[in-house]
Amino acid sequence: MGPLFPQELISEEINILIGFFIGIGFGFLLEAAGFTNTRKLAGVFYGYDFVVLKVFFSAAITAAIIIFFLNHFGIMDISLTFYPKTYWIPTLIGGLIMAFGFIIGGFCPGTSVCAAVTGKIDAMIFVGGALIGIFGYAFTYDSVWKELRGSGAMGKVNIAEWMGMSDGLFILLLTVIAAVAFFAVSIIQKKVVASTNYKL
Amino acid sequence: MEDKSKKFMNPYLAGILIGVFMVAAYYFSGEGLGASGALKSVVVASVDAVNHDYASNASFFKARVGGEHSPAKTWLVFEVLGVIAGAIISAAFAGRLKIEIGKSPKITNKKRLIYALIGGILFGIGSQLGRGCTSGMVMSGMGVLSLSGFIGLIAIFGGGYMIAYFFRKIWI
Repeated sequence: MGPLFPQELISEEINILIGFFIGIGFGFLLEAAGFTNTRKLAGVFYGYDFVVLKVFFSAAITAAIIIFFLNHFGIMDISLTFYPKTYWIPTLIGGLIMAFGFIIGGFCPGTSVCAAVTGKIDAMIFVGGALIGIFGYAFTYDSVWKELRGSGAMGKVNIAEWMGMSDGLFILLLTVIAAVAFFAVSIIQKKVVASTNYKL
Repeated sequence: MEDKSKKFMNPYLAGILIGVFMVAAYYFSGEGLGASGALKSVVVASVDAVNHDYASNASFFKARVGGEHSPAKTWLVFEVLGVIAGAIISAAFAGRLKIEIGKSPKITNKKRLIYALIGGILFGIGSQLGRGCTSGMVMSGMGVLSLSGFIGLIAIFGGGYMIAYFFRKIWI
């Protein structure tokens, strides 16, 4: 029964090797979907290219559905995985800072790494900037961030439980919302592309 | 005629396959798919290598150094090394390995690079404060229905839509 490494069912070396191979799949797919192209990424905010939204939601929902069934049939115990604890205040503020980073810089960390290693100079600069940002954060951690980062602690919160519904119902609603969004953005994208002369 | 090899993969197919890899990450390792955590490990390992005494005492670093392994030997670091290999393989097959600057044709290279630097710095800070970035916190958080992932989703994408208008000249 999974997860394997947290229960010491596989060795640390095998675990890290598996991480490497999973990374290959992730990186391959990000590149293949066009995520090294900064204009395709920014397009989600301007309506000319919604590839980010399509890939992102398909991935999250696919994982949510499979993990739901794995957990349901006792194949994997979610509670033993790295389950992010919720600190709503720093996540909200950090998320807003990342929103500025995304719009101004045109990447997020994962996509910038893929783009940098496949030759995009702007992405190399972005990765450098991210490292500078983390250095800056680390050296000012005690004086500026420490208190804020620990604020709004809620522990491990499942959103379905928090909203008072079952996991299955929440995933179903999320899937319906995504399907409607996929349909809507395909129409928006056609209109925006037709009204501008956007070319990659 | 358009070169077929340069076409991008269907976004839904790519998304579904990324979802499957995410499940594998949770099943084998109990981890989500991350990125910013690996960059943090790079920073921690470099500071530790340059000044071990400082790293052993400063509160941001001390929890992450001094273990039996180098602070760079983490699951996420190896996962991101894989991401690097995977991206290069895909780009090589598709004929997209090319040195260039990605940007809107309406802005100069210099402007684009300055914005990329500023954006990177902001993302670096935001991902540390927010406990992860778009992949590790939001996408992987959503996969296990963590409230945190959905707050991050609303903050990053909702925030992005709120401010997009003011930065439109960078992109359109």
